[in-house]
Amino acid sequence: MRRWNTGYYIKEGVAGIFSHGLMSFASVCIIIACLIIMGSFMLLAVNVDAIIDKFEKDNVVLAFIGDALSEQEARALESRIESLPNVEYATFISRDEAMQSFMEGFQDKSIFENLDSSILRHRYAVYMRDISQTEQTQRDLLAINGIVKVNANLTIARGFVTVRNIVSVVTIILVAILLVVSLFIMSNTIKLATYDRRDEIAIMKMVGATNGFIRWPFVFQGFILGLVGAFSAYIAQWVIYTLVSNFILRNYTIGIISLISFSQVALPLFFIFSAVGFGVGVCGSALAIKNYLRV
Amino acid sequence: MVQLIDVFKVYENGTKALKGVNFKLEAGEFAFLVGPSGSGKSTIIKLITGEVAPTDGTVLVNGFNVGTMKMSKMPYLRRSLGVIFQDFRLIKKKNVYENVAFAMYAIGASSREVRKRVPYVLQLVGLEDKAKMCPDELSGGEQQRVAIARALVNNPSLIIADEPTGNLDPARSLEIIMLLNKINELGTTVLVVTHEKALVDAFSRRVIAIDKGKIISDGLDRYKI
Repeated sequence: MRRWNTGYYIKEGVAGIFSHGLMSFASVCIIIACLIIMGSFMLLAVNVDAIIDKFEKDNVVLAFIGDALSEQEARALESRIESLPNVEYATFISRDEAMQSFMEGFQDKSIFENLDSSILRHRYAVYMRDISQTEQTQRDLLAINGIVKVNANLTIARGFVTVRNIVSVVTIILVAILLVVSLFIMSNTIKLATYDRRDEIAIMKMVGATNGFIRWPFVFQGFILGLVGAFSAYIAQWVIYTLVSNFILRNYTIGIISLISFSQVALPLFFIFSAVGFGVGVCGSALAIKNYLRV
Repeated sequence: MVQLIDVFKVYENGTKALKGVNFKLEAGEFAFLVGPSGSGKSTIIKLITGEVAPTDGTVLVNGFNVGTMKMSKMPYLRRSLGVIFQDFRLIKKKNVYENVAFAMYAIGASSREVRKRVPYVLQLVGLEDKAKMCPDELSGGEQQRVAIARALVNNPSLIIADEPTGNLDPARSLEIIMLLNKINELGTTVLVVTHEKALVDAFSRRVIAIDKGKIISDGLDRYKI
């Protein structure tokens, strides 16, 4: 006799879904709810991360060049600055450009008419890869011959790092909790469905079915319910996110908030939802049936 | 086939169910296991089917030592047995054919093997015309015949019937025992657990009597308890 009958397992798994329709519906709803909550937190974290990224990019470090260096010599430092590990790129700002930029901040420019740009220093606007490394970058810049002063706003840098860390930790904790909660609820829901079928399981055991044979239809059932839940949650998440982001962009146009579009996260989110739906469905059903196999 | 050697069984709550039970059932035999409620009959059935392990002594069933065998081997012991229960234990959502076929699928039979074997067994128990009916549409006697067909379908060497007539009227009870008798004549060993005196007395078969966890008689006697 054959030991593996995939057709039978799938048929029984599908039959189990329809013969315990209410329980199946409840399981799918729970998966959808948990995934939407989890997905919403993930999308929130991704957006916060993107906003912080944007702010980080605007947070430049100014490296001032000593007066002893001519403009040509000062410009020659660019390659050395850009070779530092945390420097994304550096833009040279000459004295004249600095003066021009300074004057733009004032309406009455006549007060600067007799002011020579030589009172200012040549400088570099340095853009960093990782804002948390600001202090180290400041030290590296000061170590370059010719750079006499570095202005870096360490308080803001530390603030960004703290916010990003808090958001990351909160997201990880929430996702982990929601995963455990979904697994627990799914497992209990399937356990209730399994309780309905305990006699069937007892008969299977009595006629000599192996634990694997008994488990597989339930695992297929969990697999199907998990995937149905995941796909439904994915579509719902898509619709909800699009509606919410459109609403925010329509009503809060101050420019600080720029939300990422769903298409940017669509693929990773699809895989995450599918993996969680699959994992919760399969593990939940495998856990649920465990107790009934100890006969 | 089945041998119990000096078997003791004490449950976790302290109940001493069996106190040194010895008996042997040879291949091809038909025997009644009789005794009042609480005498230890069900414990013997549970020992033979591997649901419980003996506290002391040896239980040998179809070459398996129930007390020492690994749990992973248990399905193979059970495949060599056919068990019939008082309450039939049929799956209400499956029809007669599916209830019987289910036992074959459970041990890994292919659809082809099922299609070949199930009609034959249903014919043997006289239910070939009711294959599409659900258990609730059948009488008690018919439901028990479905249970017998399910027990038989995997061609076991031993059939254990635990109070198979407990829910049936005397005429249907007699029919069921006669059916089990017929199965025994075809070569299958049969052990029938019952406390129905009239039924046992109607057949001149081996009677193993148990009371208070001990075998009190074993032979071709009538039900003495």
